[in-house]
Amino acid sequence: MPKLSKSPTYKAIAEALWQSNPISKQILGICSALAVTVQLKTALVMGLALTFVVAFSNLVISLLRRQIPRNIRIIVEVAVIATLVILADEFLKAFMYDVSKQLSVFVGLIITNCIVMGRAETFAMGNPPWRSFVDGLANGIGYASILVGVAFFRELLGSGKLFGFQIVPESFYAAGYHDMGLMLLAPGAFIMIGLFVWLEHTLLKDK
Amino acid sequence: MENLISIFVNSVFVGNILLAYFLGMCSYLSVSKNLQTSLGLGLAVTFVMTITTPANWLLYHYLLAPGALSWAGLPDVNLGFLKLVLFIATIAGIVQIVEMVIDRYSQGLYNALGVFLPLITVNCAILGAALFMVERRYTFAETMVYGFGSGLGWLLAIVAMATIMQKLRYADIPEGLQGFGIRMIVTGLMAMAFMLFSGITL
Repeated sequence: MPKLSKSPTYKAIAEALWQSNPISKQILGICSALAVTVQLKTALVMGLALTFVVAFSNLVISLLRRQIPRNIRIIVEVAVIATLVILADEFLKAFMYDVSKQLSVFVGLIITNCIVMGRAETFAMGNPPWRSFVDGLANGIGYASILVGVAFFRELLGSGKLFGFQIVPESFYAAGYHDMGLMLLAPGAFIMIGLFVWLEHTLLKDK
Repeated sequence: MENLISIFVNSVFVGNILLAYFLGMCSYLSVSKNLQTSLGLGLAVTFVMTITTPANWLLYHYLLAPGALSWAGLPDVNLGFLKLVLFIATIAGIVQIVEMVIDRYSQGLYNALGVFLPLITVNCAILGAALFMVERRYTFAETMVYGFGSGLGWLLAIVAMATIMQKLRYADIPEGLQGFGIRMIVTGLMAMAFMLFSGITL
């Protein structure tokens, strides 16, 4: 049996999760990422929805890759992605109506998320189905982990809660602690991402 | 009328589609290094958004919305779930037509905007504006103002960013923060400045 770390599947996962983790390295798909990071719950749902879409769009496109004529491949890719996004959107509306209201238009905007399109175009068009599926899964999880990371700090600092549960104790507020309102607004997300990137650059440089 | 002015001011400043809703970040981050290019892309986005958002309003309200097909004798049909596909197709189609028209009639404009037009199809700000227009239940007049205002707001943000980046070339930035990091933080500060306009009521 070949070593696990040598297999192409493993390499695809490692590549997606760490070496070229979507937001900070590829700068792609940052669009829809930030608006949903005020609360952990919405960020997690958004991450899962994106993982679902990118994994299955990779799988479907990889299965069809020999049948798709080169000239119209973009249209086919958009059609596949749009179908999956509509499925995810309708599912959320049916089973998690509150969250879907909070996510508002941002689930729909997964269609224009550059990660999904980028993976379909660069990976799924040239690799077998299973490996493409795993690549999609790993890219989705890499993206979700950053969303959840940003949301963790924004919810904790902005409203003193995690997943809606109070974390900062009442005695802190009594002693004069205030939640940082800025974190709940748009600038908080930008600054948080900037700091994340700084941290990551510093860590990677030391290696 | 007052309502329209307040939608306009809101879409340019307080509810700026880039700085408050994070839409159109992809092209914003890749282009905002150069003032000339930023201005060109900003103009192209404003132009396309002013056309596509009202066009999508018409299509949505006469084809997809619940009860929209009553003119065809099908009052119970609700095709709302198709709006994503229809909006994307409309945007791609209109961008293509706009490109051909300005190529034919205005060579100067084509030279200025031509390269940017294909990029715009995948700009999420444009799809985002169409989706917000549905969610906020704007009327047709409001949609026209909103589409133009959002485009203008995006133009303002990207041009401001490009000029700031030119100044920052001479700044002493910590090494890990150079490039992407400092741009996010500058964008954050800019977003804060734009939010100050929320104190103004008409």
